[in-house]
Amino acid sequence: MKAKIHVTLKQGILDPQGKAIEHALGSLGFKNAGNVRVGKYMEVDVNETDKATADAAVKAMCEKLLANTIVEEYRYELTA
Amino acid sequence: MMKIGVVVFPGSNCDHDCEHILKDVLGQSVEMIWHKETSLAGLDAIVLPGGFSYGDYLRTGAIARFSPVMGLVKEFAKKGGIVLGICNGFQILLEAGLLPGAMLRNKSLHFICKDLSVKVENAATAFTGACQSGQVLKIPIAHADGNYYTDPVTLAAMQANAQIVLRYCTSEGKVTPEANPNGSLDNIAGIVNAAGNVLGMMPHPERCAEAILGNDDGKLIFLSMLESLKQNKKPLKMVGA
Repeated sequence: MKAKIHVTLKQGILDPQGKAIEHALGSLGFKNAGNVRVGKYMEVDVNETDKATADAAVKAMCEKLLANTIVEEYRYELTA
Repeated sequence: MMKIGVVVFPGSNCDHDCEHILKDVLGQSVEMIWHKETSLAGLDAIVLPGGFSYGDYLRTGAIARFSPVMGLVKEFAKKGGIVLGICNGFQILLEAGLLPGAMLRNKSLHFICKDLSVKVENAATAFTGACQSGQVLKIPIAHADGNYYTDPVTLAAMQANAQIVLRYCTSEGKVTPEANPNGSLDNIAGIVNAAGNVLGMMPHPERCAEAILGNDDGKLIFLSMLESLKQNKKPLKMVGA
């Protein structure tokens, strides 16, 4: 299975990169753009056929390494 | 003479500066510890130096914390061993959970490399004993991720426990938002763990520890460490012994 993982800073934690991009979008005339958050996108091949097993593995990967849960949150989807 | 281990990760680049200060300036015995080392036997203290371990991939310190040597460093710290983490070393200590909190990108997004003033808020630690309380040290920083963050409960506990050891300040010692280079919570430049034997600091004391370089304020951190080791030989030399 393939895990598609997104890691972003938690809401409420200052994201300086997101702020800089937000300002740049504003100065380009995109007045409707707001609250830009920059994150990481990762793809991981998980050598499991059972979805629950793969899910548990990916969750553990996120908790242990891929995200620092003090400041980041993560979400992922699993596809065959 | 003390025997200090300086851990070398792939991408460490301040390791030899730490070695130079401890060995050539302060006359101690220094052992360079490759990150794959499996024993810390005989060491009195450990320094995690600055640099860009594992290229700062994923997050600063995120991969280094899984280096084989880090298990030993954790064990060493749990037994009361003195551990000093400088810059990337501080980031690794945070990722390893040996110190509370996490580092965010500098508020300005810039890599900042310059001399700054830091105030010694707690001169009773193993790393600041040679300083006066409230003393202002001039020590350079060099980092892009030094914006310290922790949750309000942990921050309050650290404040109550005097774990905030160094704070960014003006040259007169005033802790102001303007003196904060990176957006760090509470102007935090350096913290100790609750037990007081692990210090993480973003400024680089090894870069200003010789009068010939025009500034030796950083020497006080190393002198403090050595003095505390001399006074308290008991909890040390335990790992792998």
